[in-house]
Amino acid sequence: MAQSSVLRPGHVSLRVLDMEAAIVHYRERLGLQEVDRDAQGRVYFKAWDEQDWFSVVLREADRPGMDYVGFKVVSSAALDQLEAELKSFGCKVERIPANELKHCGERIRFEIPTGHLIELYAHKEYMGNGLGRVNPDPWPEGLKGMQAQRFDHVLLYGDDLDTNLKLFTEVLKFDLTEQVVDGELKLATFLSCSNKVHDIAFIRHAEKGKFHHASFLLGTWEEILRAADLISMHDISLDLGPTRHGLTRGRTIYFFDPSGNRNEVFCGDYTWYPDHEPITWTADKLGKAIFYHDRKLNENFLNVVT
Amino acid sequence: METAYEIVIEETDERFFCAAGENILKAMERLNRKGIPVGCRGGGCGVCKVRVRSGRYSARKMSRAHVSVEEESNGIGLACRLVPESDLAVQVLGTMRKSVLAQIARTASAND
Repeated sequence: MAQSSVLRPGHVSLRVLDMEAAIVHYRERLGLQEVDRDAQGRVYFKAWDEQDWFSVVLREADRPGMDYVGFKVVSSAALDQLEAELKSFGCKVERIPANELKHCGERIRFEIPTGHLIELYAHKEYMGNGLGRVNPDPWPEGLKGMQAQRFDHVLLYGDDLDTNLKLFTEVLKFDLTEQVVDGELKLATFLSCSNKVHDIAFIRHAEKGKFHHASFLLGTWEEILRAADLISMHDISLDLGPTRHGLTRGRTIYFFDPSGNRNEVFCGDYTWYPDHEPITWTADKLGKAIFYHDRKLNENFLNVVT
Repeated sequence: METAYEIVIEETDERFFCAAGENILKAMERLNRKGIPVGCRGGGCGVCKVRVRSGRYSARKMSRAHVSVEEESNGIGLACRLVPESDLAVQVLGTMRKSVLAQIARTASAND
């Protein structure tokens, strides 16, 4: 049971092969709002119901995948303290000056045992969700595509899940909410710093630093079906769904951006409280754990990563 | 009639048609046979790697994590990014090779 000073996943930086195609995908199909661009050619987006300036950054590169995922922490003091604790844990920590990403305060960046780069920051400029803070309407008009409400979590693939778990639970004070085990071996770990059932998740994989998906929240199952319609309407590469996960209970659909990065839109998981005990799925029920309806493993879902 | 090019997979002698402007993987998916590994369809994941042995084609941008500059100049690419401009002969590589050949072996032993 933990009370983390980490608030939530606040941004993810993804590499794309073709920026113009990526902008159409993230803005028109997923329905994020383009909020800025910078001198390096990076393009910034936010989901409509997020308050801070941006949550998704795209960077054109020669290979797709994730550069880093950033978490917002409660204060500069918490940032300094976590930096010290990460260093004592053995992480190499880099300070990145404010405004290296526009509208974002100073960040610290470190590599975790699975080879991924994680960032923490305490400040990002406020934009609001366009509805105001006095007598607001429930949603803004003019949203596009799937109308994603927020960037929710990432699922990452890597080798050393055990040391990762130690770092996330002992240093960053995340809770282990669900796991998949094969005897003593952890195959998957789902971690939360909040009331969400996952803010980040890991699956065991021989290669370090791989990206499985970035996930975005929708409101209802009906909206998941509408997302599925849009995927067909626009000939977007479908991975799987609509279906339900056993893990987290999420209702979900998976698809790929034009560079092969996997996206998820989902709804309907449950509320986590820090006094809950983790849920365990056993390897012999892995099919059901991942796809509750099909109850069988899917080669692509397990092995296709960027 | 719309222009279409004939693609042959050398290892299995399977032949299929690919419409002008369409990528090879999309045409392979239409074969509707098991063992065609379809990943991201966006040049990112690397599962549909092939070598073009003969014919003309254009290649769209694909991940350098899976296809090096040298490989690309030697006719290697991801089927989801290759668009034929003539009939093509291709060989399957990597995951694509394992998957395509394993399925052929299974089909052959089932027919014995």
